[in-house]
Parts: sequence; C-alpha cells; structure tokens
Amino acid sequence: MFYREAGDFKTSYTDDNQTFPIAFDRYRYYIVLVIGLGIIPFIINDYWANSILLPFLIYAIAAIGLNILTGYCGQVSLGTGGFMAVGAFTSYKLMTAFPWMDMVTITLLSGFMTAMVGVAFGLPSLRIKGFYLAVATLAAQFFLVWLFNKVPWFFNYSASGQISAPERTLFGLAITGPNAEAPVKYLFCFAFVFVLAWIARNLTRGSIGRQWMAIRDMDIAAEIIGVNPLKAKLTAFAVSSFYVGVAGALLFTVYLGAVEVGASYGIQRSFLILFMIIIGGLGSIFGSFAGAAFMVILPVALRNFFAGTLGWDPALATHFEFVIVGALIMFFLIVEPHGLARLWALAKEKLRLWPFPH
Amino acid sequence: MKKLATFALAGVMAAGPALADLVIPDLHYRTGAYAAGGIPFSDGYQDYLNLLNARDGGIGGEMIRIVSCETAYDTERGVECYESTKGEGALVYQPLSTGITYQLIPRATADGIPLHTMGYGRTSAANGDVFSHVFNYPANYWDAASVIVNQLLEENGGSLEGKTITLLYHNSAYGREPIRTLETLAAQHGFTLTQLAVDHPGQEQGNQWLTIRRERPDYVVMWGWGVMNQVAIQEAVNIRYPMENFIGNWWAGADHDVEQAGEAAAGYRALNMNRLGDMPVFDEIRTHVHEAGMAAGDGSNVGSVLYTRGMYAAMLAAEAIRTAQEIHGVAAITPAMMRDGMEALQMTNARMEELGMPGIGPEFAVSCEDHGGTGMAIMTQWSGTEWVTLTDFIAPDDSVTQPLIDEDSAQFAAENNISGQCGDS
Repeated sequence: MFYREAGDFKTSYTDDNQTFPIAFDRYRYYIVLVIGLGIIPFIINDYWANSILLPFLIYAIAAIGLNILTGYCGQVSLGTGGFMAVGAFTSYKLMTAFPWMDMVTITLLSGFMTAMVGVAFGLPSLRIKGFYLAVATLAAQFFLVWLFNKVPWFFNYSASGQISAPERTLFGLAITGPNAEAPVKYLFCFAFVFVLAWIARNLTRGSIGRQWMAIRDMDIAAEIIGVNPLKAKLTAFAVSSFYVGVAGALLFTVYLGAVEVGASYGIQRSFLILFMIIIGGLGSIFGSFAGAAFMVILPVALRNFFAGTLGWDPALATHFEFVIVGALIMFFLIVEPHGLARLWALAKEKLRLWPFPH
Repeated sequence: MKKLATFALAGVMAAGPALADLVIPDLHYRTGAYAAGGIPFSDGYQDYLNLLNARDGGIGGEMIRIVSCETAYDTERGVECYESTKGEGALVYQPLSTGITYQLIPRATADGIPLHTMGYGRTSAANGDVFSHVFNYPANYWDAASVIVNQLLEENGGSLEGKTITLLYHNSAYGREPIRTLETLAAQHGFTLTQLAVDHPGQEQGNQWLTIRRERPDYVVMWGWGVMNQVAIQEAVNIRYPMENFIGNWWAGADHDVEQAGEAAAGYRALNMNRLGDMPVFDEIRTHVHEAGMAAGDGSNVGSVLYTRGMYAAMLAAEAIRTAQEIHGVAAITPAMMRDGMEALQMTNARMEELGMPGIGPEFAVSCEDHGGTGMAIMTQWSGTEWVTLTDFIAPDDSVTQPLIDEDSAQFAAENNISGQCGDS
C-alpha cells in the first residue's frame, strides 16, 4: 500500500536516476540515517560499541570491498585477511612514524597502500580465472601474513610481534587507544561506512560498475563490445582492496587496539568475509550490510540468549552457537542461494503488489 | 538445572541478603583448538573459589560470585567477554591467553581493573612502574627462558659453548616472547640458537621436525600450547629425538600433552611454576565442592598439572582480596582496592601450608615497582605414566631479564605517554 511507484512522480532525469526511486525506500534510508546519527550515539555504551556496532560497521566495509571484486567483477578472492593486514600495518607504521598525522588521513593512506598491493596481486587475474585465481589470492593471504610476521620492521621490533595503536585524537576527542569513548569511535566508523557505501553504490551504478559486471558475466563478450579487461579487472582489485584496507585499518586502530597478524588477519578472516557476502548476496551493497550483520550479530545474540537468558553453561552455549549458525548458513545456501539481498528483493516485489496481488 | 539450584540454595543459606559481592570473572575456553588446556585450568580456578564459598562463606564474610564467559581463545571474543562482564564490578581478570591479554592491558588500565596474567601475557608488565594494573607474578616468559638455560648450564658443567639449541615456538605473540631473551643468552653463553615457528593451531609440524632431524640440535626448547604440544611430542618420538633433551615451558607440560605418546615420551621435560602432587586442599575440594554437586567441570581433572595451576591462580587472587580487605578495612572491596591488594601481596611458605597447599609456589612479595614475583620455576619430567618433579625452584638470571624488561617497558611508556606511577623511582 505504501511501497509503490504509483503517485511518486519524477520531473527530472536526476530524480529518475536516483538511488532509491521509490519514496518509501527513500524514507527508510533517511530513517536509518537519523537513527544511526541522531539516536545511537547518545545511547551507545562500551558493550554495544565493542561487541556489536563497531565490528558490524567495519566488517560491512570489508564486505562491500570484497563484494566489488567478487560480486560485481566476478574475481574470487581469498586474500581479504592479508589485504586487511596491509591496511592495519600501514596505519601502525604511519601512526608511529608521524604522530602528528590525523586518523582520517592515516586511514585513507592505508586504503591507498592496500589498493597498490591489491593491484600487484591482481595482475595474475588477467591470465587465470575461477578456482585458479582463488588459489593465487590464497597465496597473497599466506605471503602477506608471513611477511608481517617475519620482518620486524613492520612491528617496530617489538618483542612479541604484536602491534598496538597509540592514542590519536580528532577535534580533541580520542579515537584510538583505551580512552576513546564509545560514541566517538562509533561515529568515526559510521562516517567511513556512510561515505564508502555511498561511493560504492554509485560506482557500481556507473560506467565502471557496468564494465565490472560485463567482465563478470562473460569476459570475452565484454572484450568484444569494447571493455578493456586489464582496466576493468585492475580497477576492481584497486577499489576492492582500498575498501578492505580501510576496514583492516579500522579493525586495528579503532576496534581492537592491539593486533597479532596471524590471529586477526589469518585465513579464517578471509573466509568470514567471503561467507558474509555469500550469505548477504553477491553483487549487492545491501547484501554486504545484511551479511555483515548476520555474521556479527547472530552469534552474539545466540550467546546472550543461551548463556544469559536461559542460563546455560557458556561452553555448551558456544557449541550450540556453532551448530545453529552452521545450520542457518546451510539453510540459506539451499533455500536462497542468492542471499539475504535476494530475500529482501522478493519481499519488496511482494510489497509492491500488496494488498492486491492480482 | 540441579547445579544452578544448588548454587542458589547455597547462596541463600550462607549469605542471606548480602548475596555474592566479590565478582570474579572467569574468561575460560572450553571449546576450540585450545580447550584441552583451558578446561582443567578453569576447573581449578572455579573449584577453589567455590570451595572458599562453601567452606568459609567467601572471603572475609563476602561471598564470591564467578561470572564465566567463553572466549574460545579468540581475541575478539575475549574483548566481548571483557566488555560484557566489567560492568558487574569485576575485581580481576585472568584471560589465560597472551593475545587477549594484549587487548586487555590498555582497556583494563583505563577502566581501573587489575589483570593477573600468571606466567603469560606481556613480560615487561613485570615493571609495575609502567604497567600499573597488570600483574604477572609469580613468573614470566623471560624468566622461563632464563631458567631453562640456567638448568642446562648446570647440566653441562657451567658452559654451553658450541651447543645448539632450537626454539620450537607457536607463531604468535605468546611463542615469540622468549626469543629476545634467548638471543641475549646465546650471545652471553656462546650457544647457537635456531628458531622454528609453528603456525596456529600447530598440527602441521612435518617440516620443523625434518629440520630438527637433519640438524640434530643438542636441545629443543618448546613454547607450545594446545594441540601443538601433543603433535610435537609425537613427532619427537617418531624421529627418535632423545626425549630428555626436549624441554617444554610451563604451558607445554600438562598431562594431556604427553598422555597420547605415553611411554614413548618418557624423559620429556617441562618447566612448571607450581609444584605438583597430592595436597590437602584437593580433599577439601572433593568434599566441599564436588560432593556438593558444584564442580566446575566433570571433576576428573583434580590434581592434574593445569588444574593445580588454575587453583594456584585462584588462590593468589583470593589472597590478594584478603590483603586488600586488610589494607582498606572493608569486606566488599572495589577493583581499585583489589589493585592495592595485589600490589601488597606477600606469599610465604607458612601461609601456603595453612591454605592446604604447602610449597605450591615460591615465596614472593609484590611491590609497586615489581609486579613480576621471583620468576623461579621447577623442572619436571614425564616418566611415561606421571610427571615427576626433578628439581627445587630454580632462579632465573635477573641480570639478563631485568634490562630487557626495562627496555621494553620504557618503549611502551614512551609510545603511550606514561610517567611512572611509583613516584620516587
């Protein structure tokens, strides 16, 4: 009844091309922004920030990044964890070498550094495809983790190989370090998510995004109609790695504060983000958010429900959490292989006709 | 359900309205790749605190409430556990993971909650002047490395000139901790140190042991945890490496590490920071806790190496609470008072005897500058069926470890703008 095109008149091309052409969608988007900016910062506490919202926002950036590469351009990557590590170690080196540099610059520079590394590891994609490319990116994953473990310059010769983020401020408020307040950290990440998601959404709607999708759907046909595969694939690697690098940097500086490369950026991190985009939906910005929410919030919610509400033994609750999350992943893959984004799209189709389906 | 009911009943009977005021979180890991080590430690930790509740009515008349949270040895979950439990008035954290410790050091310091990282975590936290809320008594990794070398020096007539020692380590912050100390010691005593890293979780060690078989080092020193220990010991047996020259640190010397290899692993040695064997306190735990149906686990771990260590950790926490209560004259202490108690903690043989665990650890006294204890450890050996204590407490070489601690903590202080908390030093 509310969700429909009818009556929502467009009088200019700009209106016609906007991201959310349906009025209800637009209002929903504004409401999310109002809640995210106007309400959550005032009620957020340490637990909500550190257990749910920060990981959700940061993983959403990483998932958008991987979705650009895998979902839009069709290049399977298992090197996400390694690329996140590049972002984290770049920020660490910048933070310790240039204490005057502000966190926005540091995070963006970490993204650019990761983009360069990503392009270098993306070069093989010009020759190999599918599973073989996945193996090549897997090599990137292991090589990068090995590198950050092996060369002491990256972790400033500390005894344990751990890196820890010193305190940095923006407008006089601490963003990193133990004294950072939850709302500040949240808003900092929210700003990055907002800007990056906005850019990603528009990139994928524009000519670059269309080139990526052409390459994904059939690369020979794309080449014949004039898409340059070198440019399309490498820009996908660059943009994707930029996002992943920013996520890795934020994961280290804002969220965790101290990081060990093997534990935080290992292969399991790559898989986690790949699961996010598979569950959320390949080739969908909304899917990246939905997948990140699913993989971050569901385990915490289950744990709190079993161990907190029902008062189960925490170890038993953890075992059950594995069972339930695993079962849900299988359920989704069987029932809806296109992910949560597809379910959302179907729901919208139904809503459009509701309450008079015929 | 029955366990819960007994808990509630015991609480109501013993304390009445002033229910459970001393909150001690137990960040345990009973699942995942490292559960084999996490379960007995957590059992010992919880059982001892439950014993104090059941037998003495808590500490100083205040009941203890254990808040447990499962970390699965994962740093992000550790952070979540910390954030979800700190609001309940947690007195001290004991995460049993070096990775989680690194996360918690800045957070806990900012929140004013002490951390007790017994024999793990950041070694330079022994410098209490810089790390005001972190305690790693009775010993740390650099002490362990030094103790092993001291013991080898003694066996080799005071000289390790020309010997080769291989360090087989878990490729994480934990495993890399002793490298700097061993390098310094290698330069000092003239032995050659080679390093072999094993990646998480440690099941793949074929290459490392091939190298060991080829190079035949005089000694292999292991910094392992979880399944890595079992695999390493089995591999050592497979290549017929002389087991008495294979030495683990105190996290690589538990019962489950060697039981699989059994007789074949006889001769394998490991450090321990607490004594083993039967103690009167175990009988009390069986009577007051297990028979009352309040055992933390299935009750099968009593007396095992890591159970004893978990119980020792709980005892040190309880003694610190007692000390804090004496200093401040109140029974319901706050985390800040707990910190003062930990900093004034003194362990004497008489006190340990009184608690029913004679000589479980060395005597030590904590001070504002020194949060690290004496660093002494004993050497134990697997006989094929049980762990046998070989030596008395061996002292580390403080002249080697202290400069390293000073250097590392000074770097941390500079990075984080910390000026010493102890004032006149």
